Amino acid sequence: MYAQMVKTARVGVKPRDEMTEQERAFQDRVDANEKIEPKDWMPDDYRRTLIRQIGQHAHSEVVGQLPEGNWITRAPTLERKAILLAKVQDEAGHGLYLYSAAETLGVSRDELIELLHQGKMKYSSIFNYPTLTWADVGAIGWLVDGAAIMNQVHLQRTSYGPYARAMVRICKEESFHQRQGYDIMMKMAFGTPEQKAMAQDALNRFWYPSLMMFGPPDQDSVHTAQSMAWKIKVATNDELRQKFVDQTVPQIEYLGLTCPDPDIRLNEETGHFDFTPPDWSEFFAVLKGNGPCNKDRLKARITAWEDGAWVREGMLAHARKKAAATAAAE
Amino acid sequence: MSSEWPLWEVFIRGQYGLSHRHVGSLHAPDAECALRNARDVYTRRNEGVSIWVVEAAHITASSPSDKGPLFEPSESKVYRHPSFYDIPDDAGAM
Amino acid sequence: MTANVMAVEGNTLFNWLLRLGDNTLVLSHRVSEWCGHAPVLEEDIALANTALDLIGQTQMWLGLAGEVEGKGRDADALAYLRDAWDFRNLLLVERPNGDFGHTMMRQFLFDAWQNVLLNRLKDSTDPRVADIAEKAAKEAAYHLDRSRGTVIALGDGTEESHARMQAALDALWDYVGEMFLDDDVDRAIADADVGPLPSSLRDAWDGIVNATLNEATLTRPDSDFAQTGGKTGRHTEDLGYILAEMQFLQRAYPGATW
Repeated sequence: MYAQMVKTARVGVKPRDEMTEQERAFQDRVDANEKIEPKDWMPDDYRRTLIRQIGQHAHSEVVGQLPEGNWITRAPTLERKAILLAKVQDEAGHGLYLYSAAETLGVSRDELIELLHQGKMKYSSIFNYPTLTWADVGAIGWLVDGAAIMNQVHLQRTSYGPYARAMVRICKEESFHQRQGYDIMMKMAFGTPEQKAMAQDALNRFWYPSLMMFGPPDQDSVHTAQSMAWKIKVATNDELRQKFVDQTVPQIEYLGLTCPDPDIRLNEETGHFDFTPPDWSEFFAVLKGNGPCNKDRLKARITAWEDGAWVREGMLAHARKKAAATAAAE
Repeated sequence: MSSEWPLWEVFIRGQYGLSHRHVGSLHAPDAECALRNARDVYTRRNEGVSIWVVEAAHITASSPSDKGPLFEPSESKVYRHPSFYDIPDDAGAM
Repeated sequence: MTANVMAVEGNTLFNWLLRLGDNTLVLSHRVSEWCGHAPVLEEDIALANTALDLIGQTQMWLGLAGEVEGKGRDADALAYLRDAWDFRNLLLVERPNGDFGHTMMRQFLFDAWQNVLLNRLKDSTDPRVADIAEKAAKEAAYHLDRSRGTVIALGDGTEESHARMQAALDALWDYVGEMFLDDDVDRAIADADVGPLPSSLRDAWDGIVNATLNEATLTRPDSDFAQTGGKTGRHTEDLGYILAEMQFLQRAYPGATW
């Protein structure tokens, strides 16, 4: 998902009899679906895991501006340009909401950004793939945002209040993203032969990376159990992945495109689609930094941040001068 | 010295709303910029007709551990609510 | 439609509307280049809002231009299928972004001009022009509020931000004069009271700019030299690159719908 492989400080769920009284009371509140608020007591591991998860999610939104942002200046019509710009702008907004949620846990946005730039925090593997044609903009909205929404809908019920509230706002805004993506895919798939070929090519390239977005298989996700007990993860990787496949296959058929997985088929017994899992060695390679665009993406963010330093300092300096002058006049 | 802009809390009143509601936070160097940033960040979908911004550091919040002493005493003051009183229908609208 | 409007020859009105639409089109392109690269998220979002407003204005101005031309070209056809020599925008708006301060200075110089212009266009004898101006003026007023605030803050801010803003102002100043130049198209438009003479906008613009630069502790360049040509289709080298990028899909796949 936008937060993949978030390390919880421990493996497995802490047994109740090992909990302190405070921890038990905390777990009871979570179990009762009470929201945890910033000033409430919380286990250190809960705080740390949340900071990592929300931070990674925020970074993904911001880095996620880049692949699609590529195409804003090349969008084929004025309306498409406006839609794409509004969409990529929303991603910046979502990053902002999420950083704000993380800040309530006692970490500043600037600290999180520094950690991203130092490579100490990750963002979603999906944004390390290039956008090569206009159809990729459609595929990202349809598949990548589609996959993200699947997780985010659940996270509206997450135990941490500020995170849940950010997700409510994000989900409200995000539903347009997937639709505009599919709308582009329809235009392409039903367009000229070249457009249809572009649409198929985009699907071929984004199919497996989209499946990777949900993170490694449950059997390899050692951190899932504790996160689920804390309700900062509400469904498992495999559950969400299956749901995504089940939802997407009919959409591929409607477009008249071919799923790049030749073995995908409906399992009459389970009612779900059986599919070929992605190549997990590729996933881990991309997470480690060896995807097609890792270095370019990070460099773009670092450049923006460093080139903007004088602006942030200048604006603040002016604000301080003004405040000092006002104070002196009083 | 950190050049991180201070954090502001944003409150917006919608077109048919009676009061401002907290919608989120943002960073800005001063109040004027915070107001403009709030407009750009939080009213992209026609959400508001009025904005308040308050520097987060200036907000004093009640502590969750005081929830009992602060709020439970009012639970027993049922007589503050109009439904506590039975007025006969014959007395007319009240 | 008033008799005055009929007095403007169709091709003149078309050319004049292209100037308005090409300004917002090219500037929106430049501003949108910032998306994902601004100094801080709040500015990233604000710049996108400005670009979105300008795209919307482009659709209105070029849409009307196509209607006036009467050859079945819509706003997209005009934006995506003309070559550089047919573009009528000011050179100012095609100048490269430079650093954030440069972009905001360019925006401010344009916003000040556009505000003065749109407020006059609200009284146009052509109701279609007046309608667009009415809507665009609200957007432009906010753009000016924002760019003006940023120019003041960065001009006054630190030694570095001050130096960068002064450099931006000095570099862009050559492109200011063109905004106030009158030609035959402008005179025909002004004669019909469809729009003001560009030269008549100068005083109000000077008022806004001088007050702002003063507050920003920036020095107004002492030069009247003006680079010109945009309004008649003689552009800087930059416009060709903008169009190569912007028009790529429409040119590579003619006739496709998107």
